[in-house]
Amino acid sequence: MGEFRMPSLGADMEAGRLVEWLVKPGDRCRRGDIVATVETQKGLFEVEIFEDGIIGEALVQAGQRVPVGTVLAMINPEGAAAAAEKAGTVPPPVTVKAEPEQLKPAEVPSERPPVRAERLACSPSARRLAAELGVNVEDVRGTGPHGAIQRIDIEQAAQKAASSAEAAAASRPLPAAAGTLQQGMRQAIAAAMSRSNREIPHYYLEMEIDMSRPLHWLEGENLKRPIRERLLPAVLLLKGVAKALRDVPELNGYWLDERLQVKQELHIGFAVALRGGGLITPAIHHVDKLGLTELMKAMGDLVERTRAGRLRSSEMTDTTITVTNLGDLGVRAVYGVIYPPQVALVAFGRIMERPWAEGGMLGVRRTVTVTLAADHRATDGHRGSQFLEALNRHLQLPEEL
Amino acid sequence: MTEKELKEIVFTELKKIAPECDPDDVDPDENIREALDIDSYSFLQLIIALSDSTGVDIVEADYEKVFTLEGMLRYLSARID
Repeated sequence: MGEFRMPSLGADMEAGRLVEWLVKPGDRCRRGDIVATVETQKGLFEVEIFEDGIIGEALVQAGQRVPVGTVLAMINPEGAAAAAEKAGTVPPPVTVKAEPEQLKPAEVPSERPPVRAERLACSPSARRLAAELGVNVEDVRGTGPHGAIQRIDIEQAAQKAASSAEAAAASRPLPAAAGTLQQGMRQAIAAAMSRSNREIPHYYLEMEIDMSRPLHWLEGENLKRPIRERLLPAVLLLKGVAKALRDVPELNGYWLDERLQVKQELHIGFAVALRGGGLITPAIHHVDKLGLTELMKAMGDLVERTRAGRLRSSEMTDTTITVTNLGDLGVRAVYGVIYPPQVALVAFGRIMERPWAEGGMLGVRRTVTVTLAADHRATDGHRGSQFLEALNRHLQLPEEL
Repeated sequence: MTEKELKEIVFTELKKIAPECDPDDVDPDENIREALDIDSYSFLQLIIALSDSTGVDIVEADYEKVFTLEGMLRYLSARID
């Protein structure tokens, strides 16, 4: 039997409000289906389910605010559920009365010892850290293999406890929804960025890339395309990053449990500024597998949904590297702050004409400054510069992107 | 289409992209992308919307001619049938 839990939509989320159930008990769900909407400090999100099965009774009702990791409903395996129901062995559903501001985890049916035991898989070093930081391991949701609790989970729990205490003290009496969302957004960004600056030894590498060839190709391509299918330069940059990450995979992944965990999947977080202020970096999934036209569609879709508050939970949780493009403003170079537990952030400034010396000649070219911010625990400058070299190489062959 | 009607169309589309802004406050020769904080994605959406409502396809090479309100209105009115 599976559990559908309040997801963690980013390292900075402590609790979420279940706004609406989009399925009812007994509904058959497939992995990836959207089953609920959840509100966090960063807005409203559509939450997907991560296994096939039949939705059990709702353990948390619409309107309730519960901590990350709280079981929202059980997921019964398809065949077994039907059989068990016939035999009358399904444990009685437990419903929790709506208590909107309650922050205790909702009660979980007690007759499931195997699941609890699994949840408490916890390394000795994580246990030690928990004791040091005064964190109760039973309250921590593990993100390691099979839900094992890792040091990072303990650290996050300690941080959450501290920041929720501060937040409670500071922001409780604010009634205006817009005001709290704004403030919540700032707090969420503050927590993630402070942790990054405290824990990640950043190193920065910068390269100026001649964009004449790729832009010339893009302009020719756009002339052939109907207006709705025109490509933006950002699409070339994103695809170039994806290809370069295939050459230097160590920049795509997480620093967890004091080691680098390289990810096979390439889910690039794309920084989208919100008009009201603040920033969300949802992931574009499998960028390496998308053609330029598909990537442009995916990017447009993501920007629209980010601004409309209709992002999906998976887009907030599985980003493997972040790209930021402040090129629309006059900024020449951007020195980014890495989103933990990611290990790199690639930032582009504005594409602009600059003097360019090549082959003993001085000319004017359109260029862009790309900056790599990387975690020195995970990689060294040598690998980082190989990534920038690869990025340049791929961008100079736009027809192959 | 009169100049006033055209201006209304452009303002309506600008308000859709930058709802909190008032296009009336923008100087005719000011760069609208900077004044209204419109990124390249939203600017492309503006071009698409204007193409739908006026029938004028602003080609990419001409984007910089329509970065100001004055330039935009001049460009569109010269090409509307």
